[in-house]
Amino acid sequence: MKHFWRLLPLSFILLLSGCGAENMSALNPQGPVAEMQFSLIALSLYIMIFVLFVVFAIYIFVLIKFRERPGDTHIPKQVHGNRTLEIVWTTIPIILLLMLAVPNVMDTFTLANTEIEQEEAEIEEENGEENGDDAPGSVSDQEAITIEVNAHQFWWEFEYKDYEFTAGQDMYIPTDTQVNIELISDDVQHSFWVPALAGKQDNVPGITNEMWLEAPEEGVYNGKCAELCGASHWLMEFKVVAVDQGTFDDWVDGMTEPPEESIEPTNEVAADGREVFEDSCISCHAVGDEGGQQGPDLTNYGERQVLAGYLDHEDEKLEAWLRDTEEYKPDNEMPSFSEDEIDDEEMDALIEYMNSLKVLEED
Amino acid sequence: MSTAQTGSKNVIWDWLTTVDHKKIGILYLAGGAFFFVLGGIEAILMRIQLMFPEFTFLGAQTFNELLTMHGTTMIFLAAMPLLFGFMNFIIPLQIGARDVAFPFLNALGFWLFLFGGLLLNVSWFTGGAPDAGWTAYVPLSSESAGQGLDYYLLGLQVSGLGTLIGGINFLVTVINMRAPGMSMMRMPLFTWSSFVASMLILFAFPALTIGLLLLMLERLFGGQFFAVDFGGNVIIWQHLFWIFGHPEVYILILPAFGIFSEVIPTFAKKRLFGYSAMVFATLIIGFLGFMVWAHHMFTVGMGPVANAIFAVATMAIAVPTGIKIFNWLLTLWGGRIRFTTANLWALGFIPSFVMGGVTGVMLAVSAANYQFHDTYFVVAHFHYVIIGGVVFGLFAGAYFWWPKMFGYRLNETMGKWFFWLFLIGFHLTFFVQHFLGLLGMQRRVASYLEGQGFGDMNFVSTMGAFLMSIAFIIFLISIFTSKKNTENVNDPWDGRSLEWTTTSPPLHYNYPQTPLVRGLDAFWLEKYEGDGRMKAAEPLGDIHMPNPTILPIVISLGLTIASFGFIYLVYWLIFVGLGITFGAMFIRSVKEDHGHHIPVDEIKRDLEEG
Repeated sequence: MKHFWRLLPLSFILLLSGCGAENMSALNPQGPVAEMQFSLIALSLYIMIFVLFVVFAIYIFVLIKFRERPGDTHIPKQVHGNRTLEIVWTTIPIILLLMLAVPNVMDTFTLANTEIEQEEAEIEEENGEENGDDAPGSVSDQEAITIEVNAHQFWWEFEYKDYEFTAGQDMYIPTDTQVNIELISDDVQHSFWVPALAGKQDNVPGITNEMWLEAPEEGVYNGKCAELCGASHWLMEFKVVAVDQGTFDDWVDGMTEPPEESIEPTNEVAADGREVFEDSCISCHAVGDEGGQQGPDLTNYGERQVLAGYLDHEDEKLEAWLRDTEEYKPDNEMPSFSEDEIDDEEMDALIEYMNSLKVLEED
Repeated sequence: MSTAQTGSKNVIWDWLTTVDHKKIGILYLAGGAFFFVLGGIEAILMRIQLMFPEFTFLGAQTFNELLTMHGTTMIFLAAMPLLFGFMNFIIPLQIGARDVAFPFLNALGFWLFLFGGLLLNVSWFTGGAPDAGWTAYVPLSSESAGQGLDYYLLGLQVSGLGTLIGGINFLVTVINMRAPGMSMMRMPLFTWSSFVASMLILFAFPALTIGLLLLMLERLFGGQFFAVDFGGNVIIWQHLFWIFGHPEVYILILPAFGIFSEVIPTFAKKRLFGYSAMVFATLIIGFLGFMVWAHHMFTVGMGPVANAIFAVATMAIAVPTGIKIFNWLLTLWGGRIRFTTANLWALGFIPSFVMGGVTGVMLAVSAANYQFHDTYFVVAHFHYVIIGGVVFGLFAGAYFWWPKMFGYRLNETMGKWFFWLFLIGFHLTFFVQHFLGLLGMQRRVASYLEGQGFGDMNFVSTMGAFLMSIAFIIFLISIFTSKKNTENVNDPWDGRSLEWTTTSPPLHYNYPQTPLVRGLDAFWLEKYEGDGRMKAAEPLGDIHMPNPTILPIVISLGLTIASFGFIYLVYWLIFVGLGITFGAMFIRSVKEDHGHHIPVDEIKRDLEEG
C-alpha cells in the first residue's frame, strides 16, 4: 500500500467538497494529479487538526483552571522551565513533520516527472510478463500528448505539438491520456491553473516550465490565470474540454484541416461574413492555416464554451464585445470596431460566419 | 563642557528636532498609525468591491493599485514602524539605558521612513499608484505604464534606508548600552526578539535595496537585468525580493512574539516558562528565516530538488515556533491569569496564530502548494499570521505600555469591546477565505464571475472587515476619552522588567541613576525578594545627553527631493536634492556637538517632584 493515507476517512473534507463549482474545486479532484494533491492536503489537514486539538485543549484548560478568582492574592510559584517537556514538544512536532515531509518529497518528484506514465507502463509490462497475463491496469494505453501553453494578456493559446496546430481558449484533451504541458509566456508572468485537474505552474517569460495532467472523465473544467498579470487578470479564464479519444481525433482532424465551409462558405450571409473577417480580423486571428497569430485562433469558434474567456456564447454578447472590447476586458490588445468600420449588416454577417466555424461533426 | 539645554522654543520645533528615543518612538507610533488607517481604508474599499460577484464599485485598474498599496503600506509603513515605535520607546528602558546608541541616526531613521512613506502615497495624486502587487514581479512591474512603480521604487528605497539605519542602531544599543548586571541572558524577551529582528533587518534589507536599485535602473535608465529579449532573467527579481521578503515576515513577527512574552508572564504573575528555550527558539527562527525564501516560488519552475529542499526547510520552522507556543501555555499553567485588555490580545493571539501557523505548514507541502499558491488560501494564511500575530501583538503592546508612554491607562471596558469585536470580525473576514481559495478563487482578482459560487463567502468576509473597522474606531475614541485614568500609572500591572521602575511617562533622561540588575525580571526580583527598589549602579551625578538637531529631517528632505528628480528624470532636481542631503551630512560631520549635561541639582529637583 504505497499511499496508505489515501484510505483515511475524508469525511471532513468531503463535506466541504460539496461547495463550489464542481469543475473548478481543488476539493473535488477529477484526475490523478489533483487527487494526489488533494490527498496531501487531506493528510496535512489531519495532522494539523491534531495539533490544533492538542493546543486548544491545553489552552482552554489553562484559561479555566488558572484564571484569577475574586479575592485570590497568592503569588504563583516562579517556575523557570522543564527540560523534559522541552524535549517532548520538540520531538513530537519533528515526527509529525516527517510524516508529512516524506510523502510530499515523493509526490513533488512524481509531479515533475512528465514521463511517469511511460515508466509506469514499462513496470506494468514487466510485471505482466512475469505473471503471464496482461491484466488491464490503471495506466492508460494511449501515448502521452504534448501541448505548449502560451499565456497572453489576457487569453490562452494551446499549441498541439504532436499535430502542429494551434487552438485558442478551449484546450481539448483526450480522456485517460497523460497530457504533458509546456508553459511559456511572451509578455508578463501568468499561471496555468485547472483546480479540478491539477495545481498550477507559472508561465514565466524566457523559461519553459513543464507539468502534466490527466482527466479520466469527459467534461469541461474551468481554468484560470493565477498570477497577477494586469487589469483583466480576473477575466483570464479558459476551459479544458476532455473528450473521448474518437472525438479528440475528429477534433484534431478538423483543427488541422478545417471544413471547406469555414474558408469558403456556401451560405451567402456567411460568405459576406467571411469577407468582413478577411478585412478586419484575419490579420490577428486565424481560421485554419490562414491568419495572424496575435489573437486567439478561431478555427472552432462556433464550438467555444464562452467568448472572450468569460462571456456567454450569444450573438448579442459577441456584438457588444466587438463594439467595445475595452469595456469587457480592460487593457486587452484587441481593437474595438465602431459602426463606421463594421456596419450593422456586416456585423450580423460576421457573427453568422463566426458561429459557423465548427470542426466537429454535428450529431 | 556645554551645559543645560533648557526647554525648546516651541512644541513643534521640539518634535521636529528631537533625538529622544521616547519621542521618536511616539513619532513612529503616530506615523505608523496614520499609515495603518490608510491601509485599512484601502482594504475596506477592496472588500466592498468584492462583496458581490462582478460588482463594479471600483475599476480593475484602481483595484490593482489598491491591492498593491494595501500590502506595501501595511508591511513597510504600518506594521514595521509601529513595532519600531515600541522598540524605540521600550528597549532603552528595558536595558536600563538613557537613550539608544546613535540618537542622531535614530531620528534620521524615522524621518526617512516618514518621507519615504509619504513619497509613495504622492503617487495617488500624480496619475496612479503602483499596480503590480506589493511583490512587484517583473515584467509586469518593469513594463507598468506611468510613474506609479517609480514611486514604489523610490519610496521604498528611502524608507528602507530608514529601516536599515534603525536596525543597526538597535543592534548596537543592545550590545553596548545594557546597564550593569544586564547580561544577555537576563534581557527581557522583547529586547531579545527585537535584537534578533534587527539582525534580520541587517541581512535582509540589502537584498531589497539591490532589487529596487536594479528595477530602478531597468525602468528609468534602460537597464536590462530582467529583460528576457536581451538575455535578462525575470526570476532574479523574485529571488532578490523573497530573500528580503521572507525574513521580513520574521522581522515583523519576532518583536510581536517579544511583546507576548512580556504580557503573558506579567498577567499570569509567573516567570516566563523556559526562558532560554525561548531565546534559542527566537534565534533559530531568525536563522531559518533566511533558508526558506523560495517557498514563495514553488510554482515558478525551480524543479523538484529545490522545491523539496525548501519545503522541508520551511516545515522545520514549525518546530521552534511550536516550542514558543507551548512555553507560553506553560507560563499560563499554574499562574493567576488576569484578563486585562492587554492580556486578552495575547490570549487571542495564541489560537489565532496557531491557525495561521498550521496553514503555513500546509503551504510548505510543495506538491499541495501547487493548488494553494496564489489563491485566497494564501491570503487567509498570511492575514492569520500577520493580523493574528503582529497586529494582535501591537494592540497588546499598546494596552500594556500605554500608561508608561503617555501617563494614562486606556479604558478597559472600551478595550474589551474593541478586542471582542475585532477578534470576531477578524475570524469572520479571513476564515472563509481558506475555502474560497480551495474552491478555485485566485488572489488579486478585481472581482469574480457569477455562478462560480464565491458570492456568499465573500459577502461574509466583507461583513467581517466592517466589524474590524468598527472595533478599531472604538479604540481610536478610547485614546481620547481615557485621559483621566492617570492614577497608578508607574507600575500598573505589577510589572517585571526595568521599564516599570521609571515614572510614567519617564523622565527625559529615563534613569536618574543607572540601575543595577541582579537577575532576570529585575524589578520583580527587587519587589518580591528585595526592598522593592532598584539598586543604583552609580552615584547621583550630572547626566550627559545628546542635543536636538534639525539635520535628520533636512537629510531626509533632500533625498525626497532627489527622488522626485529620479521619478521624472529631472536632473537638476536630483543634484539639488542630493546637494541638500550631502550638505547636511557635511555639516553634521564638521560641526562639533558634544551634547549637553543635566546638572545634578535639576535631577534632585525632578526626584523630589516625582
